[in-house]
Amino acid sequence: MKRQDIQCDSQGQLRHFLTIEGHKRETLTQILDTAENFVTVGNQPVKKVPLLRGKTIVNLFFESSTRTRTTFELAAKRLSADVLNINISTSSTSKGESLLDMLRNLESMHCDMFVVRHEQSGAAHFIAQHVAPHISVINAGDGRHAHPTQAMLDMFTIRKHKPDFTALRVAIVGDLMHSRVARSQIHALNVLGVPEIRAIGPRTLIPPYLEQMGVHVYHDLRQGLEDVDVVIMLRLQRERMDGALLPSELEYFQTYGLTQEKLAQAKPDAIVMHPGPINRGVEIESSVADGPQSVILEQVSNGIAVRMAIMSVVLGRKPGSEEGEA
Amino acid sequence: MRIHIKGGRLIDPANGIDGRHDLYIADGQVVAIDQSPDGFGADQVIDASDQIVIPGLVDLNARLREPGQEHKATIASETRAAAAGGITTLCVQPDTDPIIDTPAVAELIHHRARQAGFARVVTLGALTLQLQGEHLSEMEELIREGGCIAVSNALNPLNNTLVYRRALEYAANYDLTVFIYANDPWLSNKGCAHEGAISTRLGLPGIPESAETVAVARDLMLIEQTGVRAHFMHLSCAQSIQKIARARHDNLPVSIDVAAHQLYLTEMDLGDFNSACHVIPPLRTQRDKDGLRAGLGNGTINAISSAHQPHDADAKLAPFCETEPGISALETLLPLTLRLSEEKVMPLSDAIARITSEPAAILGIDGGRLGVGDRADICIFDPNERWTVDYNTLASCGKNTPFLGWEMQGRVSHTLLAGQPVYQVNQ
Repeated sequence: MKRQDIQCDSQGQLRHFLTIEGHKRETLTQILDTAENFVTVGNQPVKKVPLLRGKTIVNLFFESSTRTRTTFELAAKRLSADVLNINISTSSTSKGESLLDMLRNLESMHCDMFVVRHEQSGAAHFIAQHVAPHISVINAGDGRHAHPTQAMLDMFTIRKHKPDFTALRVAIVGDLMHSRVARSQIHALNVLGVPEIRAIGPRTLIPPYLEQMGVHVYHDLRQGLEDVDVVIMLRLQRERMDGALLPSELEYFQTYGLTQEKLAQAKPDAIVMHPGPINRGVEIESSVADGPQSVILEQVSNGIAVRMAIMSVVLGRKPGSEEGEA
Repeated sequence: MRIHIKGGRLIDPANGIDGRHDLYIADGQVVAIDQSPDGFGADQVIDASDQIVIPGLVDLNARLREPGQEHKATIASETRAAAAGGITTLCVQPDTDPIIDTPAVAELIHHRARQAGFARVVTLGALTLQLQGEHLSEMEELIREGGCIAVSNALNPLNNTLVYRRALEYAANYDLTVFIYANDPWLSNKGCAHEGAISTRLGLPGIPESAETVAVARDLMLIEQTGVRAHFMHLSCAQSIQKIARARHDNLPVSIDVAAHQLYLTEMDLGDFNSACHVIPPLRTQRDKDGLRAGLGNGTINAISSAHQPHDADAKLAPFCETEPGISALETLLPLTLRLSEEKVMPLSDAIARITSEPAAILGIDGGRLGVGDRADICIFDPNERWTVDYNTLASCGKNTPFLGWEMQGRVSHTLLAGQPVYQVNQ
């Protein structure tokens, strides 16, 4: 498929981070390596590096989020950037100012980066296509399409425990239909060379032709978990119960909820992940979420280092490089 | 005004003509072919050597945005664009604002079109009041007083099948053709792209094939039961065409059109959320595109329409699903149709029939033919001239076309409406 790469500038440097799709393995590895250097920053008495001093980063959130916005904010602040948080309910934009008008206004305040979350798939691409040339866009989640920074922090967490991606079997379980996280994870796992990716869920929550993204689809949890190294559980949003997608939380838990007993199908040293927030007793049993195989809290703390890495790579600064232009 | 069209290749599919013929036009009609009538003093001689002369195009489905959305386009602007595209008759949907469910609205549209003078505009009346699918409209009055030529519920759903059945029966009572948009609104839900590999990859809410095929199946049953004459508008799925072909085989009085863009574009063209490709029904798969082309080739599909939907720039400047669906298409209808013969989908004369005589027959109007005594609605084009679809040279107010930058072959040089020149290239 011919598509111009909107994510890179004319020199092939990363300019926007909108989706994992289309990135080379080296780019993802570079981000993961860079993140390694940032992990320690959080443990220092002064939790700051001056890499992005003088830069202004705008968190532009059209959809509510606590965790993602907070980690982006912390990441930016630890890089010494100035951070502006703007939360806009989409209803207010639809009534008045258009999205583009709002962007123009923010651009004229000389910002360097927009971190965007929006309920519509393609919103980050749209914004990236229309921002002034000096601005970079990071996608913090657009509709069902992509959540690439979450996928990168998941890859970072996996690599901590299972350093060789090319020897892994990874299962993603739950509502893949509505999950931007799952889509980005699938791309990332494929780019990093994972030989077997499984998508597990009921037919109502598996989008059509998902196989074409490079996964094997399973509708039986036990079968799908057999001998996997990594189990990624997806959040089941409560509003999904309103439609005809699932009959009840109870039935979902009984068939697709991760329990100790079902987890026993996976390899004994398999790790369990979840992008959060967790619905205990719906997609995962508490004893698994809090158990020895769970790396869920690690994911959260890794989120800051990985987002620092992405921001610094996109704005052209690596740790250890001298402070550049003001 | 007397016009002599000299030396052109006349293609008049309705009369089985394809050859070099001179046409003599007077009093808005074709008065003679080849033999100049006695004392015919032409006011204008159009040299059509190296050009093709065909009946003015009849477009089954165009939105002109007036009344109601004049910030997008007007009847004057879009009929002018139609003339530039060789189209002399346009059929508009009743979903204007106000809706065409009273004769006054239809009269207003006809009046504005006559005032502008670039193309004939015919109207579909609303099948149900306010297109809400609950009460029947006063169809008989819409036809008799308003001059509507058929009825339709536009893109609005008829969820209540009893109302639907009654509406079809009532239309059959007055021998009206019902124009149908086959869509199950529950299945299409809030989708904005074909449900398939691309919508899955892009995370766009999908419109499954079944949204169309389920509706086609239901509609065919009701058509059979009520005996109404029906036309399926801008179908998008190969499966729908096959179903209708079978029904047609059983002598059901149904016809079909497809939008020209469906014959060239697929879901793949969405690329990275290209809003110019946001259209309803959505761009489908390669298999569907091939199926639609096959349906044209074997005659199952009667007509090609523009499905013209001009938009202001802002309408397409948003995340994909929030943009307004539709393609500005009047000026690409002819070249895209000609290209089908280039690509061996069907012979040139058949392709031209799909945009002239066949749609005229579906509408039950005069037009789409150029025999002696027929109205002189004529399109003359240079089949060899190449041109690039360009934002600045499109006559339509809507620049929203995914074909921007495409090279087209075949360009209109003259359009005559009832014997009057309404468009001439390089004017």
